[in-house]
Amino acid sequence: MNSLLRRSIFPIYNNSLKITCRSFAEVPVKEKIDKIVKNNKVVVFMKGVPEAPRCGFSNAVVQIMRMHAVPYDSHDVLSDESIRQGIKDYSNWPTIPQVFINGEFVGGCDIMLQMHQSGELIEELKKVGIKSALLTAEESKKKEESK
Amino acid sequence: MSIILRPGIFNIHRSMSSMAGVVESTIRSKLLSTLDAKHLDVINESYMHNVPKGAETHFKVVVVSDKFDGLPLIKRHRLVNDILKEELQTGVHALSIVAKTPQQWESSDKVIESSPNCKGGFGK
Repeated sequence: MNSLLRRSIFPIYNNSLKITCRSFAEVPVKEKIDKIVKNNKVVVFMKGVPEAPRCGFSNAVVQIMRMHAVPYDSHDVLSDESIRQGIKDYSNWPTIPQVFINGEFVGGCDIMLQMHQSGELIEELKKVGIKSALLTAEESKKKEESK
Repeated sequence: MSIILRPGIFNIHRSMSSMAGVVESTIRSKLLSTLDAKHLDVINESYMHNVPKGAETHFKVVVVSDKFDGLPLIKRHRLVNDILKEELQTGVHALSIVAKTPQQWESSDKVIESSPNCKGGFGK
């Protein structure tokens, strides 16, 4: 009886163990990132935190976001090795920082800088219902002039 | 790493290494041949970072190519990243990209700003 019980329980135990192991290893990084990027309209993966970026490229992105007064979620890849590699795999992009708008990968520092300079960023933000502070400033300036 | 597998190019790299590093030369030749670049700058910005002298970890490339015609920025960058995939996996840590079509390059001021200062996060 005892051995019968053991035999029938063991495979189940074994299986559940495997499932648990896997859910702690491969699957969740992608799922975790998926959740993160969809959790907020604008998400930035960077080195350090917005108050103290630890890389010049990450800092540049933070400054751009600040200029446009964009509310965003930030994730420090230096504090989580699985995210650091995971985010590169997720977006098939080899470098940090990475910016997501509406769950979609938009680019790194160079692209953000160019989108900022060309005015494209204002348009992209508008699409997701975020009004850039630069646009607000421009509008009030125009209003002043037409008075 | 890759040069060991390709002894044919090895000598070229060796002879150029007094002016440019091995990785820099590889980046240059790959971009030139694959993208048929009309203008190409490969700038080693590693000295701006916390790495040993002569390191080849941080680069900026300015590529002007007809192949970027009609491609949005992100696809141009993906193209360059893809060409330099091997380098990015084996030591190149930062790659800043300026990718323009010949028309865009001609009408631009052709001034390339250097990358932002390091904040010390490298290797951490």
